[in-house]
Amino acid sequence: MNDRLAAVRAGALGGGGRRLLLPLVAVALGALYPWYVETLRETPLVGVYMPSLNSMVVMIVFTMMAVGLNVVVGYAGLLDLGYVAFYAAGAYTAAWFASQQFEQWSFHFGSTGISPELPGIHLSIWLVLLIAGCFTAITGILIGLPTLRLRGDYLAIVTLGFGEIIPQFVRNGDNVFGFDLTSGTFGISPIDSPGFGETLNEWVGLPVNYQQSFDRARLFYITALILLLITVFCCVRLRDSRLGRAWIAIREDETAAGAMGVPLMRTKTWSYAIGAFFGGVAGAFYASFKSGAFPADFYFNISVFLLCMVILGGMGSVWGAVVGGMLLGYLNVEGLAKIGSELNAAGIDFEPTKYQFGIYGAIIVLMMLFRPTGLIAERRHKEEMEHGVADTPMYDVTAEGSDTDRNPSND
Amino acid sequence: MTQALDRIRRSGFVALMSYVVVAIVLVWLIGNFVQGPREFFQVGLIGLTNGLIFGLVALGYTLVYGILQLINFAHGDVFALSGLIASTLIISGLGLGQDASVPMIVGGMLLALVVMMAFFALVNTTIELVAYRRLRQSPRLASLITAVGMSFIVQNIALALYDVDYRSIPNFIPRSDAFEIFGVGLGWNKLAIIIIVLPVLAALTWFVTSTRQGKAMRAVAQDREAAAMMGINVNRTISVTFALAGSLAAAAAIVYLLQFNMRYDTGFELGLIAFTAAVLGGIGNLSGAVLGAMVIGFIQAFNEGLTWYTPGSDWTRSIVFGILIAILVFRPEGLLGERTPEGA
Repeated sequence: MNDRLAAVRAGALGGGGRRLLLPLVAVALGALYPWYVETLRETPLVGVYMPSLNSMVVMIVFTMMAVGLNVVVGYAGLLDLGYVAFYAAGAYTAAWFASQQFEQWSFHFGSTGISPELPGIHLSIWLVLLIAGCFTAITGILIGLPTLRLRGDYLAIVTLGFGEIIPQFVRNGDNVFGFDLTSGTFGISPIDSPGFGETLNEWVGLPVNYQQSFDRARLFYITALILLLITVFCCVRLRDSRLGRAWIAIREDETAAGAMGVPLMRTKTWSYAIGAFFGGVAGAFYASFKSGAFPADFYFNISVFLLCMVILGGMGSVWGAVVGGMLLGYLNVEGLAKIGSELNAAGIDFEPTKYQFGIYGAIIVLMMLFRPTGLIAERRHKEEMEHGVADTPMYDVTAEGSDTDRNPSND
Repeated sequence: MTQALDRIRRSGFVALMSYVVVAIVLVWLIGNFVQGPREFFQVGLIGLTNGLIFGLVALGYTLVYGILQLINFAHGDVFALSGLIASTLIISGLGLGQDASVPMIVGGMLLALVVMMAFFALVNTTIELVAYRRLRQSPRLASLITAVGMSFIVQNIALALYDVDYRSIPNFIPRSDAFEIFGVGLGWNKLAIIIIVLPVLAALTWFVTSTRQGKAMRAVAQDREAAAMMGINVNRTISVTFALAGSLAAAAAIVYLLQFNMRYDTGFELGLIAFTAAVLGGIGNLSGAVLGAMVIGFIQAFNEGLTWYTPGSDWTRSIVFGILIAILVFRPEGLLGERTPEGA
């Protein structure tokens, strides 16, 4: 028993350097990726499987959403089957504040790469990302307030409901009492691209505008990576904060957490809001990257796809969500198509892309059955799975000698 | 915030709002009735038959939820898969065509119904055995997530077998009117749905209320451990429940085919509608599931078929889910359900 305690303590306190080494190497390799991707793609055998920079951007955006979803599902233990709603909300916020959608108004603030006479609202994308995050967080709170009282599976089904209603609203939103809010099935396009404008370009050499730069893919990639790192940093810090511990307490035992004075509703709503915030930022960034927001992108399968990332990586584990997100994101963008063409070349008639959601479904089922803690197990979650929750105490009280042992009458 | 919501719920506000909503719906219905009484009843009949189909699927959800507290997401996809296989069986296996004689059609359909119900009882039991049984002691979230994954697997099996094409069966049950009352006709195919569904419902009710196995099911649903202590074979009872749900899905799929065509992803939307129906009626409650399904069937049919101030089919999904959310927030026990200590 004491060995285990020591091991847990060593994991928590000591060995911090070693724990950080792997992520640091991964981040460094990731940051340098644009500079060696071309060489890498030319290596024989494995080179063809290396994702291009544009694919990497998509993978990182989805990973960001997975990390955000992990706050809701992994930390707080609330199954959210409608995360795609937040993605949609973020993408459409970007579309409203950085495109020609509202031609009746003309307002420019910090926008780059477009003519100042262009009608519509055009804010700087950096501001739009923030607005999208906040707007989506508010959406999350609005969805959460009435529904978070519900437990487990009912919450799942209600979030699923919102995940269906919001895209349908977007699809039918070209005529909200005569007002064209979303351009219906056509979607909104083009959306302005990020950039820092002429002044900052002259002062510190930051790029004027991404879309018009010859280095477009590299710029988007670096920005996506920075956004992902911010997300990961926030989520790691949140996990160890007071709020994060309250989430985990709720996940473990809601009744007990409530009895210990954790404000259940407020804590759960925060997890929703924060999870939604990152989903919104990722959605807005992706919309700006694709230069469009289209209702066909938002459907239930995306929610399950994101959930699959979290489960594959390990519920509650931030690095797990990153690994799961990058792996599945890769399969989604390039991997399955490449495996499919290899299979076809080998004479096997099977298209993995057609069955991608079946494959994700199989991953979910297999993981839940055989490795419920995920690839990178969160420490606490693993303890819980391997040793049970309440039956076995973490250490032997009597052996260490507690107050009750030294009962004077025994002496 | 919780207190605020509770206060709202306790006060007359919710009751008042629900009266207002009901009043608006009534005005809307009467307005539509005045606009065209014939269409109104015609659309009502569509709602009735659709509601019956939803009811069969909803019963599958409610049976499983009642006994395992698990939303079996895969149920809708099992429904779709069974419909697709049934279409093959009826067309290629039994060789029924447009020109088949009446006894052939009746006999063939009954045979298809029995075979498919038996087969999908087996399929659904297997799903439980493979995917859910191992997780029975795990946190509830684990089996729920597995159910979502299972739903995608079943859907992709249907996709692999039948590709993305819509399948249907020949129109051998004519859509012409069987009889007419006040100018409102009831088509033969709709009549056939009613003729098939009502006995299935009666048989289910008999099974659950009057047989030993049905009694065991109710006991396990109430308290699994106590039931086990009383000598009930819990595993077998749960298997029987899944078998029942699977055969209900197969029956629903065959009557669905009498009216509509279907493809691999039909089950997703229909499953969600049916689940909403089960929640609306009070999940775990059998008559509640049918009642909820009828209500949803009417709402869907009126929304898509009527013309006077009607949102239309673009909004059906939002309306159904709006109802689901409103029910869960304000009356989680549903129309006929009882309040559970879980709070929902």
